[in-house]
Amino acid sequence: MEPTLSAVNLVRNFGTRHAVEGVSITLNRGEVLGLLGPNGAGKTTTMQMVTGNLAPTAGEIRICGLDLLEEPTRAKMRVGYLPETPPLYRDFSVDEYLELAARLHRLPRTRTAEAVARAKKRCGLADMGNRLIGTLSKGYQQRVGIAQAIVHDPDVVVLDEPTVGLDPNQIREIRTLIRELAAEHSVILSTHILPEVESVCDRVQILNAGRVVYTDTIAALKQHRGGHALTVAFRRPPEIGQLAALPGVKNVEHLGDRLFRIFHDLDSDPTDSLVRQSVEMNWGLRELTPVETSLEEVFVNLTQREDDVAAGADT
Amino acid sequence: MILTIARKELRALFGSPLAWIILAVLQVIFALYFLFSLNSFQEIQPQLALQPNHPGATELVAAPVFGMAAIVLLMVVPLLSMRLIAEERRNQTLTFLLSAPVSVTEIVLGKFLGLLGFLAVPVLLIALMGVSLYAGGGADIGLIGANVVGLLLLDAAFVAVGLYLSSLTSQPVVAAVSAFAVLLALWIVEMGNFAPGSPMELLSLLKHYRSFFQGTLHTGDLAYFVLLTGLFLALTIRRLDRDRLAG
Repeated sequence: MEPTLSAVNLVRNFGTRHAVEGVSITLNRGEVLGLLGPNGAGKTTTMQMVTGNLAPTAGEIRICGLDLLEEPTRAKMRVGYLPETPPLYRDFSVDEYLELAARLHRLPRTRTAEAVARAKKRCGLADMGNRLIGTLSKGYQQRVGIAQAIVHDPDVVVLDEPTVGLDPNQIREIRTLIRELAAEHSVILSTHILPEVESVCDRVQILNAGRVVYTDTIAALKQHRGGHALTVAFRRPPEIGQLAALPGVKNVEHLGDRLFRIFHDLDSDPTDSLVRQSVEMNWGLRELTPVETSLEEVFVNLTQREDDVAAGADT
Repeated sequence: MILTIARKELRALFGSPLAWIILAVLQVIFALYFLFSLNSFQEIQPQLALQPNHPGATELVAAPVFGMAAIVLLMVVPLLSMRLIAEERRNQTLTFLLSAPVSVTEIVLGKFLGLLGFLAVPVLLIALMGVSLYAGGGADIGLIGANVVGLLLLDAAFVAVGLYLSSLTSQPVVAAVSAFAVLLALWIVEMGNFAPGSPMELLSLLKHYRSFFQGTLHTGDLAYFVLLTGLFLALTIRRLDRDRLAG
């Protein structure tokens, strides 16, 4: 099936600064892609390019096969965009604003009312139609922002940090909404809240300093978890050599205070033999925890290593 | 699409108290001026009637209102045009228009027509006051018509200049002050006493407006306003396009 969005080797320079250097994104129908990265990594710039707000210095963007640069009007009809700051007209009512959004996206006049009602219902704004946007709370304003991005039923929905500044309940509601959107649309979401990515996205791309440093599915990430290390503690700790001799153990690190980290091969878990040995030798095992590779670790590893390299290059 | 954006601008204007206050103040000023002119016309009418080919009520009562309206609008239009783009920039709502499947040209023309539509209201009201002279014995509809066309063209040029200066900044007040400065400069350039036909003299807004004021339509003056308006609209489109390309 044709991807709803494919961006190839996007480059964007601001003067001499390279904000984005060769980012490629593919998005399939029914998929939520998380775009992750520290501040200034180029997430927003990338999103502005795929929504036609910023022209790329080099690269190609196709929305459902339509070239965004050559056929901007037809391509943009299929994209909905919620920027970091929701672009709301504060002295418009919710209905007026959403009608305007629908009209600007070239929805036929006869379908406008229906589309507005549907977008309001999906975003939990059904009773807010006559309220002025300026009088709504931040959470509701954010919903209006999402509603304007989906009112024309786009194939690609681009959301730039949609849960910033919301309370925990609102965050959960917005996440549920994003999952629902994925059923019919495809969604790109940028954030730096890691649990959000794990709970909402199917796939994640980590950007750092304008480049993609990691891309994989969340499922694959979860598989890697808890596979390669154990943290153990003993009341009467043995010699490091005795632990290293256990079958499958690659390396043992003494973390201090009778605490050890045991690294092992992915396919041979030494837990059983370790427990047996501990009982026989009376080591007094009192803690055994598999170490999980969280997205956070991947993130910190990838983005900081790059920073170190960059810092090293500078000095 | 252009009309959708024009309607949005009208909605935004009428949603703010500023627009209503401006309309009210304009109407009060124009109506008072009209009444004062009418008063003095009645005082001098007996002497006028003795002269052959004397100027009529329209020339002495209605036309001066148009002349004054031009000066008042020169000050008022920058106040209304300042928000068109600068405020959208400041509130970061310009993204809303730019990510929609609408070209920059459509956005600019929509905003231009929206404000021009709004300014048609005071022009229409002045024209109605002029036509009301019928009640007292006849009005020169041709003269009023020429003045309406002239004032609308002048408004169009004011709006185009204001729109361009609004696209240069994200601070509405800066846009208003600079638009006012440019318009005033174009207005008073005539005071330089340049030789007739010199480039500076040709730039003068006042000189080109005057012929409409006297009830004549010169193609040269029409072309001046159309070119001036077109130039500033094109500059605005270029400026917004550059935002996207150069960021």
